[in-house]
Amino acid sequence: MQNESIYVLLADDDKDDRDFFIEAFESIRIKTIVKTVNDGVELMKHLALNRNKLPHILFLDLNMPLKSGMECLIEIKKTDYLNDMAIAIYSTSASEQDIENAFVNGANVYIKKPHDFATLKKFLEEVITINWQYQTSGLNRDSFLLNL
Amino acid sequence: MRFIVKIDINIVGKKLLQEHFDKLLLDYSLKANGEVEINEELSSEKYKELTLELSKYGIEIIESEKNILIQKIKNAIIEMVYMDERLPITSSIPTYLSDKLKYRYGYLSNLFSSSTYTSIENFTQLQKIERAKQLITDSELNCSEIAWKLNYSSSAHFSNQFKKVTGLTPTRYQRIIQKRRDAQNEGTIWE
Repeated sequence: MQNESIYVLLADDDKDDRDFFIEAFESIRIKTIVKTVNDGVELMKHLALNRNKLPHILFLDLNMPLKSGMECLIEIKKTDYLNDMAIAIYSTSASEQDIENAFVNGANVYIKKPHDFATLKKFLEEVITINWQYQTSGLNRDSFLLNL
Repeated sequence: MRFIVKIDINIVGKKLLQEHFDKLLLDYSLKANGEVEINEELSSEKYKELTLELSKYGIEIIESEKNILIQKIKNAIIEMVYMDERLPITSSIPTYLSDKLKYRYGYLSNLFSSSTYTSIENFTQLQKIERAKQLITDSELNCSEIAWKLNYSSSAHFSNQFKKVTGLTPTRYQRIIQKRRDAQNEGTIWE
Protein backbone atom coordinates (compact mmCIF):
# COMPACT_ATOMS: atom_id res chain seq x y z
CA MET A 1 0.00 0.00 0.00
CA GLN A 2 2.69 2.46 0.98
CA ASN A 3 4.51 2.27 -2.34
CA GLU A 4 1.44 2.26 -4.51
CA SER A 5 0.77 5.40 -6.55
CA ILE A 6 -2.47 7.27 -6.03
CA TYR A 7 -4.58 7.42 -9.17
CA VAL A 8 -6.18 10.86 -9.58
CA LEU A 9 -8.75 11.74 -12.27
CA LEU A 10 -9.95 15.25 -13.13
CA ALA A 11 -13.01 16.20 -15.19
CA ASP A 12 -12.75 19.84 -16.31
CA ASP A 13 -13.66 21.54 -19.60
CA ASP A 14 -11.08 24.33 -19.19
CA LYS A 15 -7.74 23.41 -20.74
CA ASP A 16 -5.68 25.86 -18.66
CA ASP A 17 -7.17 24.52 -15.44
CA ARG A 18 -6.37 20.95 -16.52
CA ASP A 19 -2.76 21.89 -17.28
CA PHE A 20 -2.24 23.68 -13.94
CA PHE A 21 -3.77 20.73 -12.15
CA ILE A 22 -1.39 18.24 -13.77
CA GLU A 23 1.61 20.50 -13.14
CA ALA A 24 0.69 20.96 -9.47
CA PHE A 25 0.81 17.21 -8.91
CA GLU A 26 4.31 16.91 -10.34
CA SER A 27 5.88 18.39 -7.23
CA ILE A 28 3.95 16.82 -4.35
CA ARG A 29 5.42 14.18 -2.04
CA ILE A 30 2.95 11.36 -2.57
CA LYS A 31 3.38 9.51 -5.87
CA THR A 32 0.41 10.09 -8.15
CA ILE A 33 -0.78 9.15 -11.61
CA VAL A 34 -2.96 11.96 -12.98
CA LYS A 35 -5.41 11.65 -15.86
CA THR A 36 -7.96 14.14 -17.17
CA VAL A 37 -11.20 14.10 -19.16
CA ASN A 38 -12.82 17.11 -20.82
CA ASP A 39 -16.43 16.97 -19.69
CA GLY A 40 -19.05 15.07 -17.71
CA VAL A 41 -20.22 12.86 -20.56
CA GLU A 42 -16.66 11.77 -21.34
CA LEU A 43 -16.13 11.15 -17.61
CA MET A 44 -19.10 8.81 -17.21
CA LYS A 45 -18.06 6.89 -20.35
CA HIS A 46 -14.49 6.65 -19.08
CA LEU A 47 -15.60 5.29 -15.69
CA ALA A 48 -17.95 2.74 -17.24
CA LEU A 49 -15.20 1.47 -19.55
CA ASN A 50 -12.59 1.25 -16.78
CA ARG A 51 -14.52 -0.41 -13.98
CA ASN A 52 -11.47 -2.37 -12.86
CA LYS A 53 -9.21 0.64 -12.73
CA LEU A 54 -11.18 3.37 -11.00
CA PRO A 55 -9.43 6.44 -9.55
CA HIS A 56 -8.71 6.64 -5.82
CA ILE A 57 -9.98 10.19 -5.98
CA LEU A 58 -12.01 12.03 -8.61
CA PHE A 59 -11.93 15.83 -9.01
CA LEU A 60 -15.07 17.30 -10.58
CA ASP A 61 -15.47 20.79 -11.99
CA LEU A 62 -19.02 21.98 -11.31
CA ASN A 63 -19.65 24.01 -14.47
CA MET A 64 -19.17 21.81 -17.48
CA PRO A 65 -21.17 21.74 -20.72
CA LEU A 66 -23.31 18.67 -21.57
CA LYS A 67 -23.26 17.26 -18.05
CA SER A 68 -22.45 19.32 -14.95
CA GLY A 69 -20.27 18.19 -12.08
CA MET A 70 -23.28 18.03 -9.77
CA GLU A 71 -25.13 15.75 -12.23
CA CYS A 72 -22.07 13.49 -12.41
CA LEU A 73 -21.80 13.41 -8.61
CA ILE A 74 -25.45 12.39 -8.21
CA GLU A 75 -25.15 9.73 -10.91
CA ILE A 76 -21.93 8.34 -9.39
CA LYS A 77 -23.45 8.13 -5.91
CA LYS A 78 -26.39 6.15 -7.32
CA THR A 79 -24.07 3.67 -9.04
CA ASP A 80 -22.93 0.80 -6.83
CA TYR A 81 -19.58 0.05 -8.42
CA LEU A 82 -18.56 3.73 -8.29
CA ASN A 83 -19.42 4.21 -4.65
CA ASP A 84 -15.97 3.68 -3.17
CA MET A 85 -14.16 6.56 -4.87
CA ALA A 86 -13.45 9.71 -2.93
CA ILE A 87 -14.94 12.71 -4.73
CA ALA A 88 -13.61 16.25 -4.67
CA ILE A 89 -15.52 19.16 -6.16
CA TYR A 90 -13.13 21.60 -7.79
CA SER A 91 -14.95 24.78 -8.68
CA THR A 92 -14.77 28.54 -9.21
CA SER A 93 -17.94 28.91 -7.16
CA ALA A 94 -17.74 29.26 -3.40
CA SER A 95 -21.43 29.85 -2.75
CA GLU A 96 -22.64 28.37 0.53
CA GLN A 97 -25.43 26.66 -1.38
CA ASP A 98 -23.09 24.91 -3.85
CA ILE A 99 -20.80 23.78 -1.03
CA GLU A 100 -23.61 22.40 1.08
CA ASN A 101 -25.39 20.68 -1.82
CA ALA A 102 -22.16 19.05 -2.96
CA PHE A 103 -21.54 17.61 0.52
CA VAL A 104 -25.14 16.52 1.00
CA ASN A 105 -25.05 14.78 -2.39
CA GLY A 106 -22.00 12.78 -1.25
CA ALA A 107 -18.87 14.78 -2.12
CA ASN A 108 -15.95 14.37 0.31
CA VAL A 109 -13.99 17.49 -0.54
CA TYR A 110 -14.92 20.95 -1.81
CA ILE A 111 -12.12 23.13 -3.17
CA LYS A 112 -12.60 26.62 -4.48
CA LYS A 113 -10.11 26.98 -7.35
CA PRO A 114 -7.40 29.27 -5.96
CA HIS A 115 -6.00 32.19 -7.97
CA ASP A 116 -2.34 31.35 -7.53
CA PHE A 117 -0.34 28.24 -8.29
CA ALA A 118 1.35 27.94 -4.86
CA THR A 119 -2.03 27.74 -3.10
CA LEU A 120 -3.29 25.21 -5.64
CA LYS A 121 -0.30 22.98 -4.93
CA LYS A 122 -0.81 23.34 -1.18
CA PHE A 123 -4.53 22.51 -1.43
CA LEU A 124 -4.03 19.48 -3.66
CA GLU A 125 -1.24 18.13 -1.46
CA GLU A 126 -3.47 18.49 1.59
CA VAL A 127 -6.37 16.68 -0.08
CA ILE A 128 -4.20 13.80 -1.30
CA THR A 129 -2.46 13.44 2.07
CA ILE A 130 -5.70 13.33 4.06
CA ASN A 131 -7.32 11.02 1.52
CA TRP A 132 -4.28 8.77 1.86
CA GLN A 133 -4.80 8.61 5.63
CA TYR A 134 -8.41 7.58 5.06
CA GLN A 135 -7.27 4.92 2.60
CA THR A 136 -4.54 3.45 4.78
CA SER A 137 -5.83 3.86 8.33
CA GLY A 138 -9.28 2.34 8.00
CA LEU A 139 -11.10 5.62 8.53
CA ASN A 140 -14.78 5.89 7.64
CA ARG A 141 -15.13 7.57 4.24
CA ASP A 142 -18.69 8.67 5.03
CA SER A 143 -17.39 11.13 7.58
CA PHE A 144 -14.64 12.50 5.29
CA LEU A 145 -15.61 16.12 4.64
CA LEU A 146 -13.03 18.77 3.81
CA ASN A 147 -13.72 22.31 2.67
CA LEU A 148 -10.76 24.33 1.33
CA MET B 1 -37.29 1.72 11.01
CA ARG B 2 -34.05 3.62 11.27
CA PHE B 3 -31.49 3.65 14.06
CA ILE B 4 -27.90 4.46 14.78
CA VAL B 5 -25.49 1.88 16.14
CA LYS B 6 -22.61 2.68 18.45
CA ILE B 7 -19.64 0.54 17.51
CA ASP B 8 -16.72 -0.09 19.83
CA ILE B 9 -14.02 -0.80 17.26
CA ASN B 10 -11.67 -2.26 19.87
CA ILE B 11 -14.18 -4.92 20.87
CA VAL B 12 -15.32 -5.65 17.31
CA GLY B 13 -11.74 -6.21 16.17
CA LYS B 14 -10.94 -8.53 19.05
CA LYS B 15 -14.12 -10.62 18.64
CA LEU B 16 -13.58 -10.91 14.89
CA LEU B 17 -10.04 -12.19 15.34
CA GLN B 18 -11.12 -14.64 18.06
CA GLU B 19 -13.86 -16.07 15.84
CA HIS B 20 -11.51 -16.60 12.93
CA PHE B 21 -8.68 -18.10 14.97
CA ASP B 22 -11.15 -20.39 16.74
CA LYS B 23 -12.57 -21.48 13.39
CA LEU B 24 -9.09 -22.49 12.23
CA LEU B 25 -8.54 -24.30 15.57
CA LEU B 26 -5.41 -22.26 16.31
CA ASP B 27 -3.64 -22.00 19.65
CA TYR B 28 -3.22 -18.24 19.95
CA SER B 29 -3.09 -15.31 22.30
CA LEU B 30 -4.13 -11.72 21.58
CA LYS B 31 -1.81 -9.06 22.98
CA ALA B 32 -2.11 -5.29 23.21
CA ASN B 33 -1.99 -3.01 20.13
CA GLY B 34 -3.11 -5.59 17.59
CA GLU B 35 -0.27 -8.04 18.25
CA VAL B 36 -1.17 -11.71 17.85
CA GLU B 37 0.91 -14.67 18.91
CA ILE B 38 0.21 -18.05 17.32
CA ASN B 39 1.79 -20.88 19.30
CA GLU B 40 2.28 -23.18 16.34
CA GLU B 41 3.62 -23.14 12.79
CA LEU B 42 0.91 -22.20 10.31
CA SER B 43 0.80 -24.18 7.06
CA SER B 44 0.93 -21.92 4.01
CA GLU B 45 -2.66 -22.91 3.06
CA LYS B 46 -3.95 -21.98 6.49
CA TYR B 47 -2.01 -18.72 6.39
CA LYS B 48 -3.48 -17.88 2.97
CA GLU B 49 -6.98 -18.73 4.13
CA LEU B 50 -6.54 -16.54 7.20
CA THR B 51 -5.20 -13.60 5.17
CA LEU B 52 -8.11 -13.88 2.74
CA GLU B 53 -10.77 -14.17 5.46
CA LEU B 54 -9.42 -11.20 7.43
CA SER B 55 -9.05 -9.02 4.33
CA LYS B 56 -12.85 -9.16 3.91
CA TYR B 57 -13.07 -7.10 7.12
CA GLY B 58 -10.31 -4.70 6.13
CA ILE B 59 -7.85 -6.44 8.45
CA GLU B 60 -4.35 -6.73 7.03
CA ILE B 61 -1.51 -8.86 8.42
CA ILE B 62 1.65 -6.78 8.71
CA GLU B 63 5.03 -8.44 8.77
CA SER B 64 7.97 -6.10 8.20
CA GLU B 65 9.44 -4.95 11.54
CA LYS B 66 9.21 -1.29 10.61
CA ASN B 67 5.60 -1.51 9.42
CA ILE B 68 4.70 -3.54 12.51
CA LEU B 69 5.92 -0.77 14.77
CA ILE B 70 4.15 1.93 12.73
CA GLN B 71 0.92 -0.04 12.93
CA LYS B 72 1.41 -0.47 16.69
CA ILE B 73 1.74 3.30 17.04
CA LYS B 74 -1.46 3.82 15.00
CA ASN B 75 -3.31 1.16 17.00
CA ALA B 76 -2.20 2.68 20.32
CA ILE B 77 -3.39 6.13 19.22
CA ILE B 78 -6.73 4.81 17.94
CA GLU B 79 -7.26 2.79 21.11
CA MET B 80 -6.60 5.91 23.17
CA VAL B 81 -8.89 8.14 21.10
CA TYR B 82 -11.79 5.66 21.22
CA MET B 83 -11.65 4.81 24.91
CA ASP B 84 -14.73 5.53 27.01
CA GLU B 85 -12.96 7.64 29.60
CA ARG B 86 -11.81 11.19 29.09
CA LEU B 87 -8.74 11.41 26.81
CA PRO B 88 -5.33 12.30 28.26
CA ILE B 89 -4.13 15.82 27.44
CA THR B 90 -2.15 16.22 24.21
CA SER B 91 1.10 17.06 25.99
CA SER B 92 1.09 13.66 27.74
CA ILE B 93 0.75 11.65 24.52
CA PRO B 94 4.52 11.21 23.95
CA THR B 95 4.87 9.64 27.41
CA TYR B 96 1.75 7.55 26.87
CA LEU B 97 3.14 6.14 23.61
CA SER B 98 6.69 5.54 24.80
CA ASP B 99 5.43 3.80 27.98
CA LYS B 100 3.07 1.66 25.99
CA LEU B 101 5.45 0.69 23.19
CA LYS B 102 8.73 0.72 25.14
CA TYR B 103 10.65 2.92 22.70
CA ARG B 104 11.97 6.45 23.02
CA TYR B 105 9.38 8.94 21.68
CA GLY B 106 11.94 10.58 19.39
CA TYR B 107 12.55 7.26 17.67
CA LEU B 108 8.83 6.53 17.28
CA SER B 109 8.18 10.02 16.00
CA ASN B 110 10.92 9.91 13.34
CA LEU B 111 9.95 6.44 12.19
CA PHE B 112 6.29 7.48 11.90
CA SER B 113 6.99 10.67 9.96
CA SER B 114 9.36 8.91 7.58
CA SER B 115 6.73 6.66 6.09
CA THR B 116 3.19 7.92 6.68
CA TYR B 117 3.28 11.41 5.07
CA THR B 118 2.17 12.77 8.41
CA SER B 119 3.40 13.10 12.00
CA ILE B 120 2.19 11.42 15.20
CA GLU B 121 0.76 14.78 16.30
CA ASN B 122 -1.21 15.28 13.07
CA PHE B 123 -2.36 11.67 12.99
CA THR B 124 -3.64 11.98 16.57
CA GLN B 125 -5.32 15.26 15.71
CA LEU B 126 -7.05 13.66 12.70
CA GLN B 127 -8.19 10.68 14.77
CA LYS B 128 -9.52 12.95 17.52
CA ILE B 129 -11.53 14.92 14.97
CA GLU B 130 -12.88 11.65 13.54
CA ARG B 131 -14.01 10.68 17.04
CA ALA B 132 -15.53 14.13 17.47
CA LYS B 133 -17.48 13.69 14.20
CA GLN B 134 -18.87 10.42 15.49
CA LEU B 135 -19.90 12.05 18.77
CA ILE B 136 -21.43 15.05 16.96
CA THR B 137 -23.68 12.95 14.74
CA ASP B 138 -24.38 9.86 16.85
CA SER B 139 -24.41 10.95 20.49
CA GLU B 140 -26.39 13.36 22.58
CA LEU B 141 -23.30 15.29 23.64
CA ASN B 142 -23.08 19.00 22.86
CA CYS B 143 -19.94 20.89 21.82
CA SER B 144 -18.75 21.70 25.34
CA GLU B 145 -19.22 18.10 26.45
CA ILE B 146 -17.33 16.78 23.42
CA ALA B 147 -14.54 19.31 24.03
CA TRP B 148 -14.30 18.09 27.63
CA LYS B 149 -14.32 14.41 26.71
CA LEU B 150 -11.60 14.80 24.08
CA ASN B 151 -9.67 17.07 26.46
CA TYR B 152 -9.57 20.30 24.45
CA SER B 153 -8.93 23.33 26.66
CA SER B 154 -12.30 24.92 25.77
CA SER B 155 -15.21 24.51 23.45
CA ALA B 156 -13.92 27.43 21.34
CA HIS B 157 -10.54 25.72 21.01
CA PHE B 158 -12.28 22.50 19.95
CA SER B 159 -14.36 24.33 17.32
CA ASN B 160 -11.23 26.00 15.95
CA GLN B 161 -9.36 22.72 15.66
CA PHE B 162 -12.37 21.11 14.01
CA LYS B 163 -12.56 23.95 11.49
CA LYS B 164 -8.82 23.77 10.86
CA VAL B 165 -8.95 20.07 9.97
CA THR B 166 -12.25 19.95 8.06
CA GLY B 167 -12.84 23.51 6.87
CA LEU B 168 -16.29 23.33 8.50
CA THR B 169 -17.62 24.28 11.91
CA PRO B 170 -18.98 21.42 14.06
CA THR B 171 -22.53 22.81 13.66
CA ARG B 172 -22.26 22.97 9.88
CA TYR B 173 -20.78 19.46 9.76
CA GLN B 174 -23.70 18.17 11.83
CA ARG B 175 -26.26 19.88 9.59
CA ILE B 176 -24.69 18.45 6.41
CA ILE B 177 -24.57 14.88 7.73
CA GLN B 178 -28.17 15.17 8.95
CA LYS B 179 -29.33 16.44 5.54
CA ARG B 180 -27.35 13.71 3.81
CA ARG B 181 -28.98 11.02 5.94
CA ASP B 182 -32.45 12.51 5.38
CA ALA B 183 -31.81 12.65 1.62
CA GLN B 184 -30.67 9.01 1.57
CA ASN B 185 -33.82 8.01 3.42
CA GLU B 186 -36.19 9.92 1.20
CA GLY B 187 -34.27 9.49 -2.03
CA THR B 188 -34.37 13.25 -2.60
CA ILE B 189 -31.64 15.09 -4.41
CA TRP B 190 -30.36 18.58 -3.61
CA GLU B 191 -29.87 20.78 -6.68
